[in-house]
Amino acid sequence: MPGNFDVQYVARLARVGLTPAEEEKFGAQLSNVLGYIEKLNQLDVSGIEPTAHAVPLVNVARADEVRPSLSNEEALRNAPAKANGLFLAPKIVE
Amino acid sequence: MLNRLSISQLAALLDRREVSAREILAACLERIERVDGRLHAFLSYDAADALAQAQAADQALAGGITHRQKPLLGIPVGIKDVIAVRDQPLNCGSRILGHYVSPYSATVIDKLQEAGAVVFGRLNMDEFAMGSSTENSAFGVTRNPWDLTRIPGGSSGGSAAAVSAAECIAALGSDTGGSIRQPAALCGCVGLKPTYGRVSRYGLTAFASSLDQIGPFGRETRDAATVLGVISGHDPRDSTSVPAPVPDYEAALQKPVKGLKLGLPREYMIGGLDAEVGRAVQAAVKHFKGLGAEMVEVSLPHTEYAVATYYIVATAEASANLARFDGIRYGARVDGTDPTDLYCKTRGAGFGAEVKRRIILGAYVLSSGYHDAYYLRAQKVRTLIRRDFLEAFEKVDAIITPTSPTAAFKIGEKTDDPLQMYLSDIFTISCNLAGICGLSLPCGFTAAPKLPIGLQLLGKPFGEETILQLAHAYEQSTSWHKEQPPEL
Repeated sequence: MPGNFDVQYVARLARVGLTPAEEEKFGAQLSNVLGYIEKLNQLDVSGIEPTAHAVPLVNVARADEVRPSLSNEEALRNAPAKANGLFLAPKIVE
Repeated sequence: MLNRLSISQLAALLDRREVSAREILAACLERIERVDGRLHAFLSYDAADALAQAQAADQALAGGITHRQKPLLGIPVGIKDVIAVRDQPLNCGSRILGHYVSPYSATVIDKLQEAGAVVFGRLNMDEFAMGSSTENSAFGVTRNPWDLTRIPGGSSGGSAAAVSAAECIAALGSDTGGSIRQPAALCGCVGLKPTYGRVSRYGLTAFASSLDQIGPFGRETRDAATVLGVISGHDPRDSTSVPAPVPDYEAALQKPVKGLKLGLPREYMIGGLDAEVGRAVQAAVKHFKGLGAEMVEVSLPHTEYAVATYYIVATAEASANLARFDGIRYGARVDGTDPTDLYCKTRGAGFGAEVKRRIILGAYVLSSGYHDAYYLRAQKVRTLIRRDFLEAFEKVDAIITPTSPTAAFKIGEKTDDPLQMYLSDIFTISCNLAGICGLSLPCGFTAAPKLPIGLQLLGKPFGEETILQLAHAYEQSTSWHKEQPPEL
């Protein structure tokens, strides 16, 4: 499977811009890591339930009640661009 | 040298009014001024804010408050740059957060402050806690106080180096695959990763949500126990924190070790284990026998699959968690021709190499057509790894292993070979996958150069008392933890 690894395609899926030098370097390094990960194919996992997390809790929900939260000003405090109490995002629809 | 004392020593001096919280803070700040230019454990610190907290502690002491009521009153505690402190910068060792200032505090910070601690400083780390050497920080490497040409471990390298070099009394770090225990081992201090769910993660920037835990660093076990007692407990703001009562960890230190059963996993004496590390761990095993502990050989047969499992589970979770850094709501933004271009450019410029590699790997193992082969299979192997531990803990009270296969390596030695770097986490990674607790404490030194060696004690889920009790008993009859790094 590592042979099929297309670093340019996956980086695009993950929205991570890479330089051509990074593409070459990361492609080789990640193929190496994926080769190592193939180790898991040695194991028979049929009938084994997956573990998503190790915490002995399920469906934790809190009461649906109004509680204090960040003010509009605080929420926008670190925004790279803002206007009229809102985050300024790039145009999505022409 | 107030900055070199333990929490219990300082508490006694403060309660007798022999020193003030301001004097303790001044000793730490003076130490930082003198050595941190070479060490680079701190990314920044707000001396005025710390002084105001120390003054408040002195007022509380003058008003009759004691350490019985506020166990950390007047004690300076440093914070890893991945934990939010209101009105202080938070960068996670990354450029992508720009000039981010936290609008709220993590629950652990609220708890430290309620206990009277002087919370200060932003401690260096591998970017987004991804790394084992602190070389992945966007703001330069932290150096090992025992040898400035070597790494302090990671990802909480700043926390470990600052505590070992006596720049602060205790510190908080986070541990996803060994990021507290491995730097504690390599810098020669005590570091504890609590059981998953023991400590709230609210306000901890998420790397791999099913593995991350916040935990303490100290120069002795008692200090780690004190801080753990303060930060533990259920938090309604973290749905994965467990509503189990918090025991008195300091009281647990007094219990005798005699009769406890310690497991030696036969799979941990591997080829890559450095001979001096192996000998130090064997000597510690002998020492525990001398204290009356019983040694039992246990088997953790899926150990060799832990690193591969971890690098699927952790990167998958990271690729989802780090999607939030898109240049829209916070941090740096690089404009583009369309939204996708903006995201790619912002993330391309903002993330460092290791974070990019892990996001890409995580996106790949979750992608259509590969999810079952990689991610689902890894989750199943995780079940087998967890089962190994739970079965072993039916026979023993704790498991004893090296923390890291080698002492601190040279800066630059492994930066071009991510897989070799990953394999250095072999002894610490399973603990997070299994959701158990673990502690590292000093158990010896290499000969030349003199570098600390760490011993790892792994405990049952919510078995922190037992590993603290064992570590404390070991310290009471050895002196490794009292050794100080050379004058910097």
